[in-house]
Amino acid sequence: MDVGLLGQFVVNGMMLGMMYALVAVGFTLFFGVLDVIKFSHGDVLMVGTFAGFSTYLGMTAIGIDNAFIQLVGVLVIAVGSMAILGAIIARYLVLPLKSAPPLNTLLVTLMLGTVLREAIRLFYPDGSNPKHFPSLLPTESWSLGSFTLRADSVILLIGGLLVIIGVNVLINRTRLGLAIRAVAQDEETAKCMGINFKMIVLLTFALGSGVAAFAGVMNGLYYNEINFGMGLLLGVIGFSAAIVGGLGNIYGAILGGFLFAGLQTLGAVALPFASAYKDVFAFAVVIAIIAWRPTGLIAEKTSERV
Amino acid sequence: MTQSFKDKAVIVLLAAAAAAFTITFIAIEEQAEIFALILFAAALVFAGAKFGFTRSIAQSLSRNERLMNVAVIAATLVVIFWFREDHFPLLMIATVMLYVIACCGLNMQFGYTGVVNFAGAAFFGVGCYTAAVLGDTSIPLLLVIILGGVIAAIVGSVLIIPVLRTRGHYAAVVTIAFGLLFRTFLEVNDTLGGPQGLGVSGMNLFGWDFNNNIEITENIELSFYLNYVILALVMVILTFVLMRRIERSWIGLNFDAVRLDETAAACFGINIKRWKIVAFTLGNFLAGTAGALYAMMLGFIAPSNFAFSDSLILVSIVLLGGMGSLWGTILAAGLVVLLPEKLQVIQEYRFLIYAVVMILILLFRPQGILPRGLRAYIPGWRG
Repeated sequence: MDVGLLGQFVVNGMMLGMMYALVAVGFTLFFGVLDVIKFSHGDVLMVGTFAGFSTYLGMTAIGIDNAFIQLVGVLVIAVGSMAILGAIIARYLVLPLKSAPPLNTLLVTLMLGTVLREAIRLFYPDGSNPKHFPSLLPTESWSLGSFTLRADSVILLIGGLLVIIGVNVLINRTRLGLAIRAVAQDEETAKCMGINFKMIVLLTFALGSGVAAFAGVMNGLYYNEINFGMGLLLGVIGFSAAIVGGLGNIYGAILGGFLFAGLQTLGAVALPFASAYKDVFAFAVVIAIIAWRPTGLIAEKTSERV
Repeated sequence: MTQSFKDKAVIVLLAAAAAAFTITFIAIEEQAEIFALILFAAALVFAGAKFGFTRSIAQSLSRNERLMNVAVIAATLVVIFWFREDHFPLLMIATVMLYVIACCGLNMQFGYTGVVNFAGAAFFGVGCYTAAVLGDTSIPLLLVIILGGVIAAIVGSVLIIPVLRTRGHYAAVVTIAFGLLFRTFLEVNDTLGGPQGLGVSGMNLFGWDFNNNIEITENIELSFYLNYVILALVMVILTFVLMRRIERSWIGLNFDAVRLDETAAACFGINIKRWKIVAFTLGNFLAGTAGALYAMMLGFIAPSNFAFSDSLILVSIVLLGGMGSLWGTILAAGLVVLLPEKLQVIQEYRFLIYAVVMILILLFRPQGILPRGLRAYIPGWRG
């Protein structure tokens, strides 16, 4: 295989890995503070992308056509609105079910995901057809032999990396992060120490959902196409990535995201007879990894109280 | 004496009312009438609960379980006989029955034993594809149905190690990943028809071709779906007997112990792994048999029938009916399958409405419509 094609696979794999990691970080944050899985995460991502797309249309309509301002507007609206949506979901669907069996929370959020998906399909103008997402990033490219590196890919990768580093700094270096970690470690002790539990949960859900919206816009900018069903698979893959890495651990989520993307890419490259089977291959390996390390690669620290 | 007579009268009346209601519900077409009927039923149920009728009826039922079973079967036969010449109602009834069987399988898994399975549609699909592939060979088709179950159980055994080693969310992701894997596999695999799917030959029992209308005389011709409905009814009854027997027996007791507290169960010497494997395998077997007959009935299957959302529908039937509650499963399967079919107005919005309803139920009545009661060792015993 020539170098150019291989380079293309690597860039594509890294891009996918970045998106999966961003989604998985959300799952792992939610699990950290509340021990719940919010399965509507992928669909929140999709709604965020549509919010960003609408912002773009709106800005074009009122005559702002500077690509940079548009990009900033799209990101601010998408991330901001999804942060609010995430907090609302936490407040009205997840917190009320806090003491219910985990399966119920999982199902409620799965159903919410269906509601969001169907709402976009039915109520967004022409929502059942794919939309063309605009390229708002510079379109130059550099050729290195047979391999072309597109500027927008580089910017997206750097942007994703910055968001992941930002979330990491926020969790590990700030007072808010300290509070989040405290709630994750022990809810009751955290409450005793004067931490506003509900507020921290809502903020965490806002943070995770905002990050997902960023990943959604990234997806739109990279593939230039969005549709109402894009969230489902991204959500499931992000969930698997968070699980494979080990729930409740940000590094685990990042590792899981890149691992999954790596497996898909490997499946596409190394199974020449059947590159269509790349997802089958990736999911099979995920199942095998879970069988091998039942609580993820970076194991969740658990001790069972009887 | 009068008490027992009253109980029996209540059961017979109830069965007759249920049959009449089902017939009316399936037969009417006018949307306004359907809405009115649904509202009427809802009001009736609400009033019953409000004035305590539901409780006394439930007690009458639990005192005479045998009679109730007979009455339900008789009511079902009446409904089937009523629609003997109409294709579509019979198809719907048979679909409900096959969903009931598949959901009984899921009930065995997470209603009884607490093993999560989000790939119900995948195991149902294994049964369907088994029927499609083996249907043209010389294997008797009744055997193919059983083989559908066996092969679903064998495919499921691949997942046994990860399912046993994991718990909670980790176990959920194993089955979700499997469900997606299964569908993607079908879509890219050309020998199994790819995205276009496969045709399936119809059921044929000892030379009796199920896909021909039954001609009795010149002008009485019964729908060929009647064959399938009756076979499905027999399968539902068998499944039901199996589930009830297991629930009542020491096996069911072990299942309950494993679900309620693994650590405590292990301390009492219950082999947790063994019972989880038994429940998982049996559940997949049931889903597979239902799938095999479903494929023969429809005559055509495609990967899009076995998506993740279909697995979710199966899970929500179990949850809607009440975990581990068999009558609840039947009621919920009926609601989930029939409502969208009848309410053509909401056809387009049906997934939306259905998801909203599920959220409301989970928020306000998480135990389901007919929650499974406590184990009653003596019929009619009020603890």
